[in-house]
Amino acid sequence: MARKLLLEHINVPQINTLAVYREKGGYRAVEKAIKNMSPEDVVEEVKKSGLRGRGGAGFPTGMKWSFLAKPEGVPRYLVCNADESEPGTFKDRYLMTHIPHALIEGMIVSSYALGAKTSYIYVRGEMMPQIRILERAIEEAKAAGFLGKNILGSGYDLELYVQPGGGAYICGEETALLESLEGKRGNPRIKPPFPAIAGLYNCPTVVNNVESIAAVVPILNIGAEEYAKIGIERSTGTKLISASGNINKPGVYEIELGVPVEEFIYSDEYCGGIANGKRLKAVVAGGSSVPILPANLILKTAKGDNRLMTYESLADGGFATGTMLGSGGFVVFDEDQCIVRNTWNFTRFYHHESCGQCSPCREGTGWMEKVLHRLEHGHGNLSDMDLLVDVSKKIEGNTICPLGDAAAWPVASAIRHFRDEFEWHVTHGEESQTGNYGLAHYADPLEPVI
Amino acid sequence: MLSVKKNEPVEFQEDLISKFDELVKRYPEGRQKSALLPMLHLVQAQFGWLSVTAMDKVASYLKIEPIEVYEVATFYTMFFLQPRGKYVLEVCRTGPCCLVGAERIMKHIENRLGVKENEVTPDGLFSWRGIECVAACGMGPVLQIGPEYTYHEHLTEEGVDQLVESLRNKG
Repeated sequence: MARKLLLEHINVPQINTLAVYREKGGYRAVEKAIKNMSPEDVVEEVKKSGLRGRGGAGFPTGMKWSFLAKPEGVPRYLVCNADESEPGTFKDRYLMTHIPHALIEGMIVSSYALGAKTSYIYVRGEMMPQIRILERAIEEAKAAGFLGKNILGSGYDLELYVQPGGGAYICGEETALLESLEGKRGNPRIKPPFPAIAGLYNCPTVVNNVESIAAVVPILNIGAEEYAKIGIERSTGTKLISASGNINKPGVYEIELGVPVEEFIYSDEYCGGIANGKRLKAVVAGGSSVPILPANLILKTAKGDNRLMTYESLADGGFATGTMLGSGGFVVFDEDQCIVRNTWNFTRFYHHESCGQCSPCREGTGWMEKVLHRLEHGHGNLSDMDLLVDVSKKIEGNTICPLGDAAAWPVASAIRHFRDEFEWHVTHGEESQTGNYGLAHYADPLEPVI
Repeated sequence: MLSVKKNEPVEFQEDLISKFDELVKRYPEGRQKSALLPMLHLVQAQFGWLSVTAMDKVASYLKIEPIEVYEVATFYTMFFLQPRGKYVLEVCRTGPCCLVGAERIMKHIENRLGVKENEVTPDGLFSWRGIECVAACGMGPVLQIGPEYTYHEHLTEEGVDQLVESLRNKG
């Protein structure tokens, strides 16, 4: 069995309460940090652990913390990004629903490390039940002296609040999130200045994903060195993977980074194989924004090595033959799924969620949606694929925030790897409305399960 | 689009105002505008949607311009700017849910309720719409119903029928 650091006690009854959470060793990290460590020690420990941002970008968390400006007399903020909206990703919801104190404890330790006296957890508005759960957990933590004035007699004060969003994917982008937290539209800000210099209310701010913050707790408990032993290369520790699509066991799995993709898909410990005895066609490995890969390239790299669930291995081959670990939103497509339809669906999503500030994204996502709509509905042209690639290239890199790239990559990668399926939609317009292109050359190299 | 037609007078009762008072305390002096989104959720939970009159009252409470409220309310998809059914069935229509049958569920809801997306049933009880990913991909197809945003997972046609029936009986 793989080592579990975040979900070890997920099945313990009432682990959502402070009492049971403490029985299982909860809030030890707060005591350790506040009683025995300086804030700098905590930052150093997180740096040493090699923890990389679990929201999608994979930027080293400790390094992000060390960029935080500390001018005299200016408050600093920690904001937790719980605006989980990347299609395919539902791990933060799972963690907050079942072990809310893991996030609260992580927030206390991280706020202490950063010198924040007020911290916010920005939760997507649709997660009202999770907002209630977190608020109850905060009440409990406060009553037990882990939050509020003079925590554990240390003189350190911290107030923690939960802020609901309003239903906007873009607010998962950290500067849009800060705008939203200030009561405005979620329009991303131009960087620099980065939030570490001028973030919430123009004060130095760190924004971290739920899972990153929760991971700080086991890092303190077992020590950075022990944490860094888990995983491979620069992919240390464990990662929550949200598995969905056509698999036998959809759900959230905590993996030790480095598990082979093939094992993750077919082992009963994880996805349990493709549902209904079908064969694997494609995978989106890290949330809808990352390049889609056909079966033959997700299981093995272009060089023929086993593809592993790590930042490096999934990215092996660049965008030509690789993808990204991203948020760990692992979406599996069986042989009956239509890549054109899914690409149209994802592009509609990005068009809907574009904030509209930058013309390439606002207009480009709309054009791509239109072209993909006609391709999917049997009215496309053979020149449409080049047109789509052209539009996607003109969005990519030309916008304030990464939503533009996130919209461009799924389209470009779908055409790169499944061009013949797109062409088939043009040449077999009518047939494509009822039939399916199937597996073709991207066939799952494994024998079908009968 | 903002609705200017159906602007019944709106009264904010004391309990709502006291919730507003609690909210603004979470933010530093002069940053009370941060309370805007949570306040709009409270107003919508009570009245079912955000009328211009209600938004103007929110603006005056926060001492900001009405346009600052309108521009926010129109940006975020959770806020209803027109009256909706008492129960709004919001079905996730994004990729992962579609892989497991969300489009079929939406079609079924449309037939079952007999109204198109965003329309209200004649009895005023129901509306429905497709929404983008709600971070429940492993439990799809999934729908949510405000204002508490309770989830209904692994939807089937029969499950939808039962849900609609139980809400109808509840009235």
